[in-house]
Amino acid sequence: MTPTYYLMLAAALFTIGAVGVLIRRNAIVVFMCVELMLNAANLTLVTFSRMNGSLDGQIMAFFVMVVAAAEVVIGLAIIMSIFRTRRSASVDDANLLKY
Amino acid sequence: MRTEAATGVLSALWVLIALPLAGAAVLLLAGRRADRWGHVLGCLTSGTAFVLGLVQFFALRATEHRSVTLHLFDFIPVGDLKVDLGLLFDPLSAVFVLLITGVGTLIHVYSIGYMEHDPGRRRFFAYLNLFVAAMLLLVLGNNFVALYVGWEGVGLASYLLIAFWYDRPSAATAAKKAFLMNRVGDVGLAIAIFLLFAQLGTVSYEGVFAGVDKLNTATLTTVALLLLLGACGKSGQFPLQAWLPDAMEGPTPVSALIHAATMVTAGVYLIARTNPIFDLTHTGQTVVCAVGAITLLIGCIVGCAKDDIKRVLAYSTVSQIGYMFLAVGLGGPAYAIGIFHLLTHGFFKAGMFLGAGSVMHGMNDQVNIRRFGGLIRYMPVTAITFGLGYLAIIGFPGFAGYFSKDLIIEAAFDRPGWTGWLFGGIALFGAGLTAFYMSRLYFLTFLGKPRWTDDVHPHESPRSMTVPMIVLAIGSVAGGYVLKALGLFEWLNPVFGLAPDEHLHAERLSAAAVTAMTLVVVAAGIGIAYAMFLRRPVPVVAPAVTNPIVRAARNDLYANTVNEALFARPGQYLARALVYVDSRGVDGLVNGLAAMVGGTSSRLRRTQTGFVRSYALTMLGGAVLVVAALLVVRVG
Amino acid sequence: MIAQQLLAAGGEVGTGEEITFWILGPVALGGAIGMVLARNAIHSALFLVLTMFSLGVFYVLQGGPFIGMVQIIVYTGAIMILFLFVLMLVGRDSSDSVVETLRGQRVAATILGIGFAALVAAAIVRGVGKAESIGLDEANAGGNVPAIATKLFSDYVFAFEVTSALLITAAVGAMVLAHVERPGGARRTQRELSKARFRDGGYPAPKPGPGVFARHDSVATPALLPDGRPAEASISPIVGTDAERSGR
Repeated sequence: MTPTYYLMLAAALFTIGAVGVLIRRNAIVVFMCVELMLNAANLTLVTFSRMNGSLDGQIMAFFVMVVAAAEVVIGLAIIMSIFRTRRSASVDDANLLKY
Repeated sequence: MRTEAATGVLSALWVLIALPLAGAAVLLLAGRRADRWGHVLGCLTSGTAFVLGLVQFFALRATEHRSVTLHLFDFIPVGDLKVDLGLLFDPLSAVFVLLITGVGTLIHVYSIGYMEHDPGRRRFFAYLNLFVAAMLLLVLGNNFVALYVGWEGVGLASYLLIAFWYDRPSAATAAKKAFLMNRVGDVGLAIAIFLLFAQLGTVSYEGVFAGVDKLNTATLTTVALLLLLGACGKSGQFPLQAWLPDAMEGPTPVSALIHAATMVTAGVYLIARTNPIFDLTHTGQTVVCAVGAITLLIGCIVGCAKDDIKRVLAYSTVSQIGYMFLAVGLGGPAYAIGIFHLLTHGFFKAGMFLGAGSVMHGMNDQVNIRRFGGLIRYMPVTAITFGLGYLAIIGFPGFAGYFSKDLIIEAAFDRPGWTGWLFGGIALFGAGLTAFYMSRLYFLTFLGKPRWTDDVHPHESPRSMTVPMIVLAIGSVAGGYVLKALGLFEWLNPVFGLAPDEHLHAERLSAAAVTAMTLVVVAAGIGIAYAMFLRRPVPVVAPAVTNPIVRAARNDLYANTVNEALFARPGQYLARALVYVDSRGVDGLVNGLAAMVGGTSSRLRRTQTGFVRSYALTMLGGAVLVVAALLVVRVG
Repeated sequence: MIAQQLLAAGGEVGTGEEITFWILGPVALGGAIGMVLARNAIHSALFLVLTMFSLGVFYVLQGGPFIGMVQIIVYTGAIMILFLFVLMLVGRDSSDSVVETLRGQRVAATILGIGFAALVAAAIVRGVGKAESIGLDEANAGGNVPAIATKLFSDYVFAFEVTSALLITAAVGAMVLAHVERPGGARRTQRELSKARFRDGGYPAPKPGPGVFARHDSVATPALLPDGRPAEASISPIVGTDAERSGR
């Protein structure tokens, strides 16, 4: 067995996250799916770090986490503020910007 | 043709044009404020121009070459095209200047009385002044472009004056007709000028005439025929004669000045001025003669059948200008004869038009000669002056027309070859017809029993109208003899490249023989008219006729029908076809394209659902495509 | 000794690691699928926590104890707690309806997802399937945390500093977004508030508590009025009654 399996797992997780983004309507769940996709990316980074024998991948994963933290803070604030005005957390309800 | 620079009083040539132009500008711009004194200003500018023209005429006689040029300014300096606006004052322009300003002033004075009760009198005088200015520019310009500017200027003035009573549909239509038919001729003139410039690189008379002998025959003939087309348009010659009778919708002074004495003779001026071109092309001269002969016959024939006093005179004008065309087409000494006839015609035809205006003035603006009769007792001055003009036009011995028209007939017979007999015969026959229809006109109007409608009270016109008529009548009586005695031919001949003393030498038929024949024919014409219209009572309604010639003549020889069938109808069909092509083809293409874009867009717009998940799906699709592409390129 | 073993993640996957992978891998996958499929958002969040824990273990297994711990502390600890907070605030809208409103969205998403996964898997197999794995033995020789710190504060110090700016900005942004502007004007005094409370239509007394202790332990259970009708005023409008919810 080689570390390639980790990559396979990451690809599967990423795809599941992407499909989740597409089929879930609750903005918070959509957000969680995005987080899952980020985590899948992190797993590939760590795996490649190991395969290349360099710690750069881990540092990249670390930065991804920091950015994800910032993103979650802002994203959740936006969801809150939308919910406050529209009484809804469904991404389908915010569809005013259209033809 | 040698000229010198203008000096002394001749350097004020430009004032001749500037005076009436300034008058027109003041009258048009001053508006209603000028209503009270506008007509006086109009007469003053025209009269001053006449006096100045007279002074300059005598100054010209004193110069060595009797031809001066005055450079005014560089008109169009563009690349190879250099048009310097300059004036040329030579014997030909001088007689035209005197005719235009002289007759023009008389008609200005006449209009004071004629237009007295018209609210637009000031506008009328402004247009008259504009016309005089444009006509002077036409005859004074020393190059073809200046001539063309004047040419279009008189066309504009003619249009404005025909449509002076623009609230009458007939006047507006007649003006449009005149304008359009003039355009046909003007296009010919313009193309002729283009051709000359393309071939010779200059548009000044001097340069063109110096270089014409280098042109080949085909070019020369083309230029000559195009110039003739221009002349035909302006002068109402066959085949563009139909507008001139309709132009009588304008006020009568306009008919007298523009459509009898001056503007319509511009074609004769053009051919006389470009004589070096016509002298070199025999074909061109023959065509000019033929046009003149055909037109004079058309004018005579239709003139015999019309009952409208002004239309008879209009067709008479058409026919007399035909005589002039015939003369200038003959070339040589006949050029001066044509101009001579132009001058005498200017007198007697203007006089008769003014007389017709006077009759209409006294008869509630009626024009039907079948409702006139016996007017000599009620308006003696009009009847006598009109009668003198009538005697002049039919060529009664001693009167103006006797000198000029007989010479034309003589010159026509003298043309070598069978064409001489043809043109001479036509001219002679035309003289008889002229005598017939003018007698008919005079008898029906002034002699015989009154056939008036009940509501008219004929009266003589005011002094301001009769005085110009008297002056012009004197010209009709004495003009021929006086001009000849004063040496008009010697004066004009140098312009046409002839020795001053060169005269017509009748070789085929002697002058006496022609005169005798003409007198017989004229007497026959008068006699027939006497028998038909004075001996017998005249019905007030034109009797129905089965004679096809009379019917055709009453319908203007079907000129309008022919024009309509040959030009108007095909034009309409072409326009309709083009409209169809435009609305279905071009518009269809454009609109179809727009509709396609619009339709596609409105369908594509539907993809903008506003659902963020739809967009995300698209993104995933794109990502799949990118990964697939990478796989294919990098690995597969 | 265990730490030594943990740090010594070589290029080859050992038996212990293999066993761990085959246990935790399906767990992570199951957590992910569960997160996507769970109707209740809180369940989704808990499934995600499961997946993240598994991933943290994988990090540690692959020679990244520091990043693994950060994963567990920051992600599963801080971020997921934040998610749960918001879920609690949003509350009643936390479960989705099963009906898909966009036509073909689920089918298309599934097909595209499977296609994507297949393509990426093919790319991994063909691209790095045969690649030699070096392992982090050498890089982690002086300890994982000192090695990362050395890199972070030398090669990546600039990015690190920029990250601080990002975090500050995010904090400020969250405050701006979450802040509610109060209507302007002078603060109302106690007296004015009291007057407003007793004005027409006002209800000066405290509102009745929910009927929590009557029959249910839910705040969505209304209190009963003396005549047996439910007291509408006893339920927060945000929460809504059970009856309302089942009616929706």
